[in-house]
Amino acid sequence: MAEAKVAPRTPPTKRDWSWRSQAFRGLMYQILAVVLIGGAVWFLAHNTAENMRIRGIKSGFDFLTAPAGFDIGESLFPFDSNNPYWKAFLIGITNTLRVAIIGIILTTILGTMIGVGRFSRNGLVRGLCQAYVEFFRNVPVLLQLLMWYLLFTELLPDIADAKQVGGFFLSKGGLSFPEPVWASGHVWAIGGLVVGLVAAWFYRRWAQGKFEATGQLRSMVWAPIGVVVAFGIVGWLIGGAPSEFNLPKKGEFSVEGGGSLTPEFLAVLLGLTLYTASFVAEVVRSGISSVARGQGEASQALGLSKNQEMQKVLLPQALRVIIPPMTSQFLNLTKNSSLAVAIGYPDVVSIANTALNQTGRAVECIAIIMLVYLTTSLSTSIFMGWYNAKSAIQER
Amino acid sequence: MINTRLKVAFSAMLAATALTALPAHAGKTLDAIKAKGQIVCGVNTGLAGFSQADAAGNWTGIDADTCKAIAAAVLGDATKIKWVPLNAQQRFAALQSGEIDILARNTTFSLTRDASLGLHQTAVTYYDGQGFMVTTKSKIKDAKQLKGQTVCVQSGTTTEKNLTDFSKANGLGIKPVVFEKVEAATGAYFAGRCIAYTTDASGLASVRNKEAKVPDDHVILPQLISKEPLGPMVRRGDDEWFAIVKWVIYGLLEAEEYGITQANVDQMKTSQDPVVQRILGTTEDTGKLLGLDKEWMAKALKASGNYGEMFERNVGPKSPLKLPRGANNLWNKGGLMYAYPVR
Repeated sequence: MAEAKVAPRTPPTKRDWSWRSQAFRGLMYQILAVVLIGGAVWFLAHNTAENMRIRGIKSGFDFLTAPAGFDIGESLFPFDSNNPYWKAFLIGITNTLRVAIIGIILTTILGTMIGVGRFSRNGLVRGLCQAYVEFFRNVPVLLQLLMWYLLFTELLPDIADAKQVGGFFLSKGGLSFPEPVWASGHVWAIGGLVVGLVAAWFYRRWAQGKFEATGQLRSMVWAPIGVVVAFGIVGWLIGGAPSEFNLPKKGEFSVEGGGSLTPEFLAVLLGLTLYTASFVAEVVRSGISSVARGQGEASQALGLSKNQEMQKVLLPQALRVIIPPMTSQFLNLTKNSSLAVAIGYPDVVSIANTALNQTGRAVECIAIIMLVYLTTSLSTSIFMGWYNAKSAIQER
Repeated sequence: MINTRLKVAFSAMLAATALTALPAHAGKTLDAIKAKGQIVCGVNTGLAGFSQADAAGNWTGIDADTCKAIAAAVLGDATKIKWVPLNAQQRFAALQSGEIDILARNTTFSLTRDASLGLHQTAVTYYDGQGFMVTTKSKIKDAKQLKGQTVCVQSGTTTEKNLTDFSKANGLGIKPVVFEKVEAATGAYFAGRCIAYTTDASGLASVRNKEAKVPDDHVILPQLISKEPLGPMVRRGDDEWFAIVKWVIYGLLEAEEYGITQANVDQMKTSQDPVVQRILGTTEDTGKLLGLDKEWMAKALKASGNYGEMFERNVGPKSPLKLPRGANNLWNKGGLMYAYPVR
């Protein structure tokens, strides 16, 4: 093995595994760290389980299949107290997601409008947007939720004499509205909407192609919306135009029938949306500020209108800066929805609280809550990561 | 990087060691109480008639008086109590973890709680039942009129489940609005969010008296929908302490039965009635069997008075709550209070 003799200055081909080598010590530290962390986790888990056993506290997830035995005030699908605990948790999760998803959509719209508003040439609009941000982001969100809930339950008319506007009733019991009764004809309407969406997508592609080829501008917003609505109406007519509504009406003590939104849901949604929108506005503002000044001046030199400048030049570039912090705001909104328990909205924390008390399985119920928020947050992060990669600068 | 990881792991280990420093199971509660010279009593954060603190930090109510009687029997001094106000969700964890020695917080006894929490239910200090409160304006006279209506309720209680059972049994489809804190639940009811508020009848009387602007605007429906035997709980695994709590309560009941009151304890010591002599420790030493001194019951009675006096003072017809004695009367006066004999 004469060739094995290497020149003194070249790095060794094989790692040097002596006690003093950096590679060896590095590996040892890592193994030690993993063992310590693993040991600590095992120790805590084992100790908890052992203490619970000694004190005669029952544990395990078997309770999930037992009948829940409690009712839930509002749910997206029917729930009966004979249903198992896991279904109660499922309702809690859907209630959380309902607030989170609608909240995220509304927050994005409102936050973007206010963020853009801070660049307005109109001093009043600029001032109002700034005042909005400073007020809503500096008052704790729990207080805001309580404030909206108090406003709803103190100022609205009593349940017994609900205020009627058209088919709508507003009272301390919430907002009741006419709800279309499900009929088979609605399938046609939904089919029409889907066809309309596809048609609108093709139209936009065609219009974009035309614009790039000839420079002729065509409506990119209102025309596609018109197409979708038109197809929806055609589908609805083909389905026999089902137009039966479940109308709310005044009962003996309160408004009965129809669809309804409870004041708890409205307060949570409003509170979270207005609070998070103030942060989103700041994110949008910083994103737009990050676009080089020359870009705006260049688009003005090209003769673009103020709207076109914002839509076609500034926002697309700002998006790359906006998306990562936006993800954090969406996660904040989702997690803050757990504060809903303070004003009686049956989200997953509220349901878990009740389950915890009926069964005494504190560790298990808290673990479920953590798992739910972890899953939703990670899914949001993954989706936003994908969207971020998609809108990032394509470097070649 | 590795350094920070090591630090994290190290502090996790430290935290774990600190946790295990707690006893795996509480040994002799009585010895521990005597050593530290005070009883740690878990009570309600504020329920008039059961446990409520005044501006000076003095606790009153049936649950508070029970703790005082036990402190007097064990330590000879009813003031040696550390009060720990707890909400519905915290209460069992506080007792399980050893933070408190006794949970006297209007807590219902039930099978699930007995068999799965690692706790013992001692003796009933108040027979209650769940009821409804509605506004006088609503003109509701019967709980069955609540069909399809909203009812405000606090989470973490047996109340929520009873409401569902009642709604289901009668096909009412009641919509519960569940709050984490009792103040939020009552606040929402008084603001008019719900048609009715439900909790134990004693709690309804307390809330109506304390929180309603005009108590007469609210009426408590006569129908009760559940049985709620309330009483103190202790940890499992210490039968001696369990026996002490149980027998102080029985002693308070038997004292009423034999006419021993807070005022006449000392005169009654000369009584020729053997039962009275046993209760007050002038003949037999019943305290010794429990690990207490001979005059344990006499001291308890001097601190709180007998059960009847506790009831009258805190919730009875002359108190602000004006609750009738009803099921809480002695067994020989038409009630359910039947103490095992102190002998």
